[in-house]
Amino acid sequence: MRRFFERTSLTDIVMFVIGGSLVALVIIGSAATLISGKYGSREWFNFIVYGVALGGIYAVIAIGYTMVYGILRMINFAHSEVFMSGPLTAYFLADAWGRSGFLDQNPVLGLLVIFALAMAVSTMVAVLLERIAYRPLRFAPRLVPLITAIGASFFLQYFFRGLYGANIKVYPEMAVLKTNVQLGAYSIQYVQILVIVAAAIMMGGLQLFIQNTRTGKAMRAVSEDKQTAALMGIDVDQIIVITFIIGGALAGAAGVLYALMFKQVGFLMGFIPGIKAFTAAVLGGIGNVPGAMVGGLFLGLAESVGPNLFLDGLGIPAPYQLKDAIAFTMLVLVLIFRPTGILGETLAQKKA
Amino acid sequence: MRTFKIVSLVLLASMFLSACGGGATPVPPTQAPAPAAPTAAPTAKPPEPTKPPAPAKFECKDKLGCVDIGPSDPVHIAYAFVTSGDNSTLGLDTKYGAELAIDDAGGKVLGHAIKFDGQDAGCSAEGGQAAATKIAADNTVVAVIGTNCSSEARAAIPILLTQAGLSMISPSNTAPDLTDPAKHVAGYFRTAHNDKVQGAVAADFVFNQLKFKKAATIHDGSIYAQGLANVFADSFKKYGGTITAQEAVNVGDKDMKPVLTRIATGKPDLIYYPIFIAEGGFIAAQIRDVPGMEKTVMMGADGIFSPDFLKAGGKNVVGMFWSSPNFSAFGSGYQALVDKYLKKYNVKGTLAPFHAHSYDALNMVLAALQKPGVVVTDPDGTLHVQKQALRDAIGATKDFKGITGNITCSPDGDCADPKIAVYQASADDFAKLEMPKTPAWFPGGPDYKAP
Repeated sequence: MRRFFERTSLTDIVMFVIGGSLVALVIIGSAATLISGKYGSREWFNFIVYGVALGGIYAVIAIGYTMVYGILRMINFAHSEVFMSGPLTAYFLADAWGRSGFLDQNPVLGLLVIFALAMAVSTMVAVLLERIAYRPLRFAPRLVPLITAIGASFFLQYFFRGLYGANIKVYPEMAVLKTNVQLGAYSIQYVQILVIVAAAIMMGGLQLFIQNTRTGKAMRAVSEDKQTAALMGIDVDQIIVITFIIGGALAGAAGVLYALMFKQVGFLMGFIPGIKAFTAAVLGGIGNVPGAMVGGLFLGLAESVGPNLFLDGLGIPAPYQLKDAIAFTMLVLVLIFRPTGILGETLAQKKA
Repeated sequence: MRTFKIVSLVLLASMFLSACGGGATPVPPTQAPAPAAPTAAPTAKPPEPTKPPAPAKFECKDKLGCVDIGPSDPVHIAYAFVTSGDNSTLGLDTKYGAELAIDDAGGKVLGHAIKFDGQDAGCSAEGGQAAATKIAADNTVVAVIGTNCSSEARAAIPILLTQAGLSMISPSNTAPDLTDPAKHVAGYFRTAHNDKVQGAVAADFVFNQLKFKKAATIHDGSIYAQGLANVFADSFKKYGGTITAQEAVNVGDKDMKPVLTRIATGKPDLIYYPIFIAEGGFIAAQIRDVPGMEKTVMMGADGIFSPDFLKAGGKNVVGMFWSSPNFSAFGSGYQALVDKYLKKYNVKGTLAPFHAHSYDALNMVLAALQKPGVVVTDPDGTLHVQKQALRDAIGATKDFKGITGNITCSPDGDCADPKIAVYQASADDFAKLEMPKTPAWFPGGPDYKAP
């Protein structure tokens, strides 16, 4: 008992009080909403589906952030522009095909080509970023690549603005994606199924790749200790390029999924999803790929279900205005009780 | 490595080709106003040596200071519009309206050319502040036409009006707050309507014409949207209707389905969402996918009265309503203005509702500049624009025959002659991506008939 009091400081107590009261508010609000029965099971199902779909997109983008951090110990702020470049370029193809009707007649082929184009462009942007902006600064002090990343982010935003114009572009409607699938009393749209399934396949595929292939093992080795991996004969530069390729391709695919769900793309579209995905990566444990997945899903659900679940019960009007506040409050809550993120490992252990 | 280089070159080339080829919407070229004509000193210099020596130099006694314009310098009027991003149609539209007014005035005032340029205010408080700071730092500016979004105005007013002593006429700010007697700042004027009128007309239409008893509103936290949604809600409740939900989203939100699901539980007949193009587009595109909202009627306001919104919303916009200024009630010069607009800027239809208001605003400034006592002209052609006198002259505008109506400025800055109407988009309008030209209903007009 005395040892417990010796270890905890005033800061710990304050944090615990804050965290505890937030958790209490969440529980009270949720209980009030569920008791009042304002939303039926159909509404909850819809909220959860929206949350999982959005969360899947955040998760796939977050993987890019977390992998680069794991290997280079650097936050790649320009990743949001990598995410933007794919769907923005693929828009022209999608628009042309949408207007000619090709997209409605051959949805699968059309979508595959659009995905391929977007992923190719995003990958190229990511690799060019690595080669031009990050590799020369490999051994610079930690803040320098960070500032470079922010600068690269602005450069890419306005480069694409100059290239494609400043106004928003709208992806064509695809009749097949809008149709609903009925599961009893619940309905879900094909586009949401596509997003959830595609995100799951990409994340599962990546996990298999990292765990079961030689390159995956090399990536894990480089993220653990670059110098020792180099001594073991791993080409560190090549592994870094592969990391950016994978992150870029995933971001491009996530971009097309985002464009299919929300239809509007523009040169500024990467900013907010980028921040949310970075938050998701931190939430799940930065540097940890399954953590990014968990963090993304958690954030998506918090944004979609959160306002209804607890803000409504606490009697707050227009709760959706506060959905970003909820998402970031969740981040704070998680970090209070688990400072390294949900699945994160404490750095001290890693280094030892 | 070589394959990578080749592939990335090919991809780069395809990116540039797709940008330059069809499909890319070209950024509208910034039109310079009519080329500056060299200014000629209007009066001949006194040649006789018996004349007394040159008159004493002008001393500025104006409370707010003076702007000195050299004999060959232009009269600089600045704008603060949203010329890039999702709401760029709003800013470009008002910029074009003002430029057409300059063209119609011959490009000159008081014998000097008119220079019209300004800053992008981005439809946000931060953008308004940044634009205002840059304009206030330029001491050749005599007056400002701006802003577009009421949120920009809130931030710009202290900098432009209080600190720099300029006068500002807005062609499209409609938030009631800005001309509220308790909050109005001297020097702020607007030719756009006050939303107290717009919200009441919208509520009148929904309750009395469409005969709906339940409605919901969505705003985006900006003072324009929040003010207008509240006016609508209050008016609707006064008529006897029920507001089932008053929701809000954030600027930048993309996923509207949770908010719409929430509203669906109240089963409203109509949703009124007086917000801007990006978020409005998402709502229109996603509403029919939400169970329970398949038949709910949509209604927006002047912030989304734009072809960009039709593009963003998709085919769900067919049959939806807007409250907006009544173009058919504008004066006889309006059609000629539209023709010149379409011709000069090479667009299929006008981009937003406020070009005529911007035209009138600029003409108000030119008229005020020419009123006696506002500008002192030196014999060599130098102009001294007295800022307080200019502000008073604009404020004294009475029965000014503008295109939007009879312009008379109230002490609180409301100069407009507000005529609001309700428009409805037909399938044809959506196919051509043009906003409807004739109103479906206006107060005092024949009853609304569904198409």
